[in-house]
Amino acid sequence: MKLLTLNFVTCARKSCKTLPAAFPLHPRDAELEIVEMELNPKFLVNILPRVEWQALRTVCQELGLPTLPDIMPVQQDLLQPPSLPGRESESQEGEAEGEGGSEEEDALQKPSQTAQDLHRVLLETTIANGKLVCGACGHEYAVKEGIANFLLPSHMV
Amino acid sequence: MPDTEQGYGAEYEHQHVHSVYERIAPHFSSTRYKPWPVVEKFLRELPDGSIGLDVGCGNGKYLAVNKNIFIVASDRSPNLVAIAGQHQPHSALVADALDLPYRLSFYDFAISVAVVHHLSTEERRVQSLKAIFDSLREADASSNGGRALIYVWALEQKESRRGWDEGHEQDVMVPWVMKDHKKKPKDADHVAEVPGAQTTHYRYYHLYRKGELEHDVSEAGGIVLDSGYEKDNWWAIVTRSATGGINHIDPPA
Ligand SMILES: [Zn+2]
Repeated sequence: MKLLTLNFVTCARKSCKTLPAAFPLHPRDAELEIVEMELNPKFLVNILPRVEWQALRTVCQELGLPTLPDIMPVQQDLLQPPSLPGRESESQEGEAEGEGGSEEEDALQKPSQTAQDLHRVLLETTIANGKLVCGACGHEYAVKEGIANFLLPSHMV
Repeated sequence: MPDTEQGYGAEYEHQHVHSVYERIAPHFSSTRYKPWPVVEKFLRELPDGSIGLDVGCGNGKYLAVNKNIFIVASDRSPNLVAIAGQHQPHSALVADALDLPYRLSFYDFAISVAVVHHLSTEERRVQSLKAIFDSLREADASSNGGRALIYVWALEQKESRRGWDEGHEQDVMVPWVMKDHKKKPKDADHVAEVPGAQTTHYRYYHLYRKGELEHDVSEAGGIVLDSGYEKDNWWAIVTRSATGGINHIDPPA
């Protein structure tokens, strides 16, 4: 399950869904896997405002991933090259160096390091195996081979 | 959960819908690749960046339609979800249509294609619609509410070889014939071995009569923005809010 998806789901029990503690679900014993995917800058720009940033930060922290900034990046952070060198120095790999910029349209759409980092966290980082635990009722949902299972045992329905 | 009305309910659906799909998943998937035009149009016309649901996604054929939106797809059958999960950038998970793990009042759209008709009582069909509508974003000052497209099999199928039409029994068992079935199923009570290495699986369907989908939608608190009939199916585009979306209604396709 992608971390982006985890940001859009909650406990499946009706009695939990209105409770703040049922979101986000908390990963436990999670085995992560990177599933590479083409970066689509427009898609990221469009999706980002819908992400519950604090929930994403919580989940990343619980998974032991690098800490995300306190405040959600804005559109400009995604489509322009980072203006402050070293800001994302941890994950800099030298790929972001310009290759001429022959087409201005393309240059505008060029993903920044921030965009690449977010793409990696939201869309490529997946929970391959483990559990997702509801903070309200404590129920554990299993994740196996990347697929989360939200079926409830009949006594919980 | 206790069964209601003539022994129908969750247990009945488990036996006559879920376990059947689980067995026929690979075969079913290889025959389900062509999207319905109404559904395809609905998905293509969504603004880029829309976030939505595909409830009862099956093999995920609608996940291939638009890559500029994000769909969280779900199905009761893990075998089908494993196939659906291959469509990037979307996501697929296993969930029951009556117990959806989705944030309330959040999603821009939802589709539910050929799913609600597998629920065996009216109460459960209305509940499943309500679960979908509850997940849709409510209308506010700046935007219309989220929209759901619901698609169900029609009782009125004059053109089809199945022979159903107005006046026919609406709760039916529909055969699914699989050739060269290798393993003999464990529970043979609803599976008939047919000579020539064929196995026939029966799936339960509630065939919707004209006007019934609109009725169920309204029972579930939805407002029909548009509805119609497309090749043996009834469909409706629905919003949950009294104020959202009504000022703009698409003409029928
Ligand atoms: Zn819960």
